[in-house]
Amino acid sequence: MALTRRIIKNYWLKNVLDSPKLSKSLTVNALKNENTTVKDEEIKKFSIQNEDWWSLNGPSKALHSMNEVRIPLVRDGLVQFPAEKRNPKPLKDKKILDVGCGGGILSEALAKIGAEVTGIDASKNLIEIAQKHSEENKRLINKPKYLCSSVEEHLNDHKDHYDGVVASEVIEHVDNKELFVKSCVSVLKPGGRIFFTTPNRTRAAQILGICVSEYILNIIPKGTHNYDMFITPNELSFLLERNDCHVEMICGLFYNVLQDRWSFVKPQTLVYAIQAQKTK
Amino acid sequence: MLLPSTLRRLLALTNNSKALLPLRTLATVKEETIKEKYDIIIAGGGMVGCTLACALGKNSVMSNLKILLLEGSPNQTYQLKPEYSNRVVALNQNTKSLMNSLKIWRHIEKARLQPVRYMQVWDACSDALISFSSSDILDDDIAYIVENDLLLHAVNTELASTEIENLKIVYGAKISDYQLSKSDNKTATENIVKMSNGDVYACELLIGADGANSAVRKAMGVQYLSWNYDQMGVVATLHLAEETENTTAWQRWLPTGPVALLPLDNSRSSLVWSVWQDEAKRLLKLSDEEFVDAVNDALWKQYPRSKGVEACVSWMSSCLRKAGLPDGAVRQLPPSVRHITAGSRAAFPLGFGHSVRYIAPGVALVGDAAHRVHPLAGQGVNLGFGDVKDLTDLLADAIYTGYEITHHSWLEKYESSRQRHNVPTQIAVDALHRLYTVDLPPIVLARSLGLQLTNALHPLKKMIMSHATT
Repeated sequence: MALTRRIIKNYWLKNVLDSPKLSKSLTVNALKNENTTVKDEEIKKFSIQNEDWWSLNGPSKALHSMNEVRIPLVRDGLVQFPAEKRNPKPLKDKKILDVGCGGGILSEALAKIGAEVTGIDASKNLIEIAQKHSEENKRLINKPKYLCSSVEEHLNDHKDHYDGVVASEVIEHVDNKELFVKSCVSVLKPGGRIFFTTPNRTRAAQILGICVSEYILNIIPKGTHNYDMFITPNELSFLLERNDCHVEMICGLFYNVLQDRWSFVKPQTLVYAIQAQKTK
Repeated sequence: MLLPSTLRRLLALTNNSKALLPLRTLATVKEETIKEKYDIIIAGGGMVGCTLACALGKNSVMSNLKILLLEGSPNQTYQLKPEYSNRVVALNQNTKSLMNSLKIWRHIEKARLQPVRYMQVWDACSDALISFSSSDILDDDIAYIVENDLLLHAVNTELASTEIENLKIVYGAKISDYQLSKSDNKTATENIVKMSNGDVYACELLIGADGANSAVRKAMGVQYLSWNYDQMGVVATLHLAEETENTTAWQRWLPTGPVALLPLDNSRSSLVWSVWQDEAKRLLKLSDEEFVDAVNDALWKQYPRSKGVEACVSWMSSCLRKAGLPDGAVRQLPPSVRHITAGSRAAFPLGFGHSVRYIAPGVALVGDAAHRVHPLAGQGVNLGFGDVKDLTDLLADAIYTGYEITHHSWLEKYESSRQRHNVPTQIAVDALHRLYTVDLPPIVLARSLGLQLTNALHPLKKMIMSHATT
């Protein structure tokens, strides 16, 4: 483990840190684990399954269909139009940061409804995939901007910058959750909104979310999730409130495996979504 | 020796490519032959198709989409005649609110319509009766009787009066063939519509609003469950003996099928009389006077009744009365008919139809193309307008969420939400038809008691009404 960590660290120092401004902060962060939110094994995990990110029936199938609830969540959290005034670009002029964008599944979808999306991910591999896909997607005119960076690095020059921050299925892979939430809130403009979706730390989520979906049904790649890193809605709300956010909504999400369809539900035992507004 | 073999191989190759060529041209239409590409093509410009075109065209989210409406008949000019047309529909509150939101209703109101505030349905084989009054549903009218051609004219007036820039209408369009997208690829679909005049259109989403014999449905190759009722609906415009307020819809269940009077104005009503085919032919051949007598008989004549059923029904009435519930003894008397409008008599076949799938990749069915019902509950066209509303809302939602209009999730949502409403309605209507076309005493007894109970139990009645009006 120590070896892989060192390899990735070196790889980063060599390849990622082109900008001298970033490199200073990152060197410090990479060496001291408590100052970074990025967990190296987690990055490695996702970089392996890279080719299949955009295949609708591949390992990211559930992430693709999850857009059907994530987009309404972010859209309706940021803007609300009465039915007769709706347009195809409801998120026009909204600056959104997609933290842990991965292959850009959510970033492209948000860009499609008008948002100025910046997608960041700690894995250079994934950023390349995202970049490539967005360049090849001819139907996508408003393209997201992708950066290989962690949110605390991104904070350096983007304080109080975004209307919305989305961290969908990310915080369960993050080591230092306190720093992560703090950084995510800091890049947000006062009054801006932050959205998380993540599995809950419950036995039900452990059994259905990890055992069944990863090892029996093979819906998501084996080893994607680590139960101990899950966070409960209460803990996450606490972190948000402590960072001057007002939690506006917590809602359960349910994945219907047979229909490959997500829906909002009342119980938050499996996966949940949380929406908060930055007050100051 | 070498030369001929290579020659032969070369020949074989050219032969092969020749054999492949026609196949390929069959499979795909060349880009240059496509006259125009649209996002949505609606096949069929009847009441439902035109309303859908209006709803899609007016929706702000879909203002960027190019929509084409193909209507087979020429663009007819409509003039409101003093005499009513014999084909009418009963529009429920849901349809009214859809028409209101599309600003079509004002054109209907400006012309003419008749509200139905009270409805009485009774059995000819017993004393059982059920009545619905407008006070049961939030003090609003139960339904509105509107002539088919007036409704279509109102939609067309609205289409013509407001500038819907992204909508094109082709009248007199004869469609010769559909080539639906076969791609299992869920992201891109292209349907080809070939016209008999040689024009070829392409679209992402093809909507079949082409009636019960839908060619779009046939091209989809979906399973279609259907049967004929061996009945015809005989229609006519009736002049009543007395002038009244006339806001009551009457329906009497004869052993041969229901006869219904739908109000048109103070002295006129529209007749919809479902009878067996032979009887329908006979009714069409009668002189006007004989026909009027037949209608009056249908409304008034006493049918032979079983004593046992009589006794049970009156016992049930007394029980209900003791329990303080409506016993159905208070009944209004139906009007008598004086004469009919000359030439207003006609008959049309009745049938049941259910398309097992309403959707295919890049294709959706609405209205009678997807479902057909017996007119006994006046539901047919309302189900179609329900389709229009749901499909419009879901397509708008797909775009508002950043998806293609042909995305399978949204089309599936359309299908399941509509089938969840339409199929139970169709089954209920079919069951009513079957239940009331027999005069076996035990069945007459069961349905009479059932009807009495339903009439007495207000919540149940309200449930039925709310299903029929949504």
